[in-house]
Amino acid sequence: MSVNHQIFLAGFGGQGILFAGKYLVYTGMMAGYEVSWMPSYGPEMRGGTCNCSVNISDEPIDSPIILHPTILCAMNLPSLDKFENSTVPGGRVFIDSSLIERKPARDDVQNFLIPATGLAREQNMIKLANMILVGKIIREIGLDDPALIEKTMTKVVPAKKPELFDWNMKALQVGMGL
Amino acid sequence: MSEKVIMKGNEALAEAAIRAGCKCFFGYPITPQTEVAAYMAKRMPKVGGVYLQAESEIAAINMIYGAAASGARCMTSSSSPGISLKAEGISYICGADLPAVIVNMTRGGPGLGGIQPAQSDYYQATRGLGHGDARLLVFAPASIQEMCDLMTTAFDLADKYRMPAMILGDGAIGQMMEPVILPEPATRTIDKPWAATGTELKRAHNIVNSLYLQPDQLEDNVRARFERYVQIEATEPRCEEYLADDADILITAYGISSRIVKSAIKKARAEGIKAGLLRPITLWPFPKAVLKKHAAHAKAFLDVELNMGQMIDDVRMAIEYARPVEFAGRTGGIIITPDEILAKLREMEAK
Repeated sequence: MSVNHQIFLAGFGGQGILFAGKYLVYTGMMAGYEVSWMPSYGPEMRGGTCNCSVNISDEPIDSPIILHPTILCAMNLPSLDKFENSTVPGGRVFIDSSLIERKPARDDVQNFLIPATGLAREQNMIKLANMILVGKIIREIGLDDPALIEKTMTKVVPAKKPELFDWNMKALQVGMGL
Repeated sequence: MSEKVIMKGNEALAEAAIRAGCKCFFGYPITPQTEVAAYMAKRMPKVGGVYLQAESEIAAINMIYGAAASGARCMTSSSSPGISLKAEGISYICGADLPAVIVNMTRGGPGLGGIQPAQSDYYQATRGLGHGDARLLVFAPASIQEMCDLMTTAFDLADKYRMPAMILGDGAIGQMMEPVILPEPATRTIDKPWAATGTELKRAHNIVNSLYLQPDQLEDNVRARFERYVQIEATEPRCEEYLADDADILITAYGISSRIVKSAIKKARAEGIKAGLLRPITLWPFPKAVLKKHAAHAKAFLDVELNMGQMIDDVRMAIEYARPVEFAGRTGGIIITPDEILAKLREMEAK
């Protein structure tokens, strides 16, 4: 089956949107796919919201900018409001339901309500809600091989901060277990 | 071979420049290329090079003028409004026959414009940029890998022809991350007997200058430079041909928009529309011969750019107005979609 994941991650600055994207782009490359990562760097970023586009495909990537994601990950209400309708029919929408109280409006996509921020708080890793969501995403798209995860994490966590490796791994596991 | 790494375009570009032997970087921050300078600030001191944030773009380009005159491989980087500020210095560098690399990560214009990706500086880049009879070598990479590979070429050809070379990217190429295999460090050194390096009392002074008050001297100087330009136009054009040989409609596009065109071409071919792509990699020298060759079989051309239509003039001239040339583009920082291009192809096919 051909692979063409167009993943759009959106939330507030500080939630780790760009890092979540970085994990996904690395893991896509290490799994042998064509990949790209593109951050928002426009006025919306300066206003405090943040998003990034990650392509994972078995074809060369045409545009790094994703307008109609196959996978949307919304970490705050403004992001869900803004991007929910742009998701392709049959796509998957991952919602941090600890921070977004409203129900998803689409019934032609697969909705995943994940209380990522609540779970992160319970586990005393408040800043890692992003990686809980990433854990769920990689499980759903089948990029969850333990060796691949380990190899990816080694690349994305700075070698100078080894303690972050374990925390990020733990958060991924929480997400994958949902 | 080096390992494949994922890097942001701006950072990969800076690393590729260092590996190509760039020893001096002078710049001034501007979105969307500030990471070039940030990366250079970290790396240059470690490789024995010079990084300097100038007080303005004008200062930075004049530092390039000086460094280039001393024979050092040097680079500056900016985005559209900043490049306009550098125009005077670039003209001086052309007039003094100096090699240098100038990067433009284009954003929407005119004026301060916006900060999103655009290709609206095509005219500026390909018409010599500053005042006077002058040209720049202009490279338009479509991926981070190609940008890194072209960096070595840009420095080499700038040295060979003693003229500035421009890497014309855009906000998307600069800001995105893609896998890249970084080039091996350059080992070759090019002899620069003209450089002002100090005579050690063993030779006459080398004088680097762009001022010629005697008209006949200035004309001789310009003519000599144009002999090199003729040679460059004959030998250096580069162009990718994609599904072009049997194409009825040939799209011309460069840089980031050429990738979106490829996606549209795949969709068009699936519908039975025989579309192909000619992608100039050098915008100057423009690959005229390739376009002319394909004008023999193509029924029409479609020029796609992220501006209001600038390269379209060169396309028309290259094919000597032998075929209709239509245009599809977005501007202001908006990236055209494959579907918009496909709609235009369907419209043209129906004619």
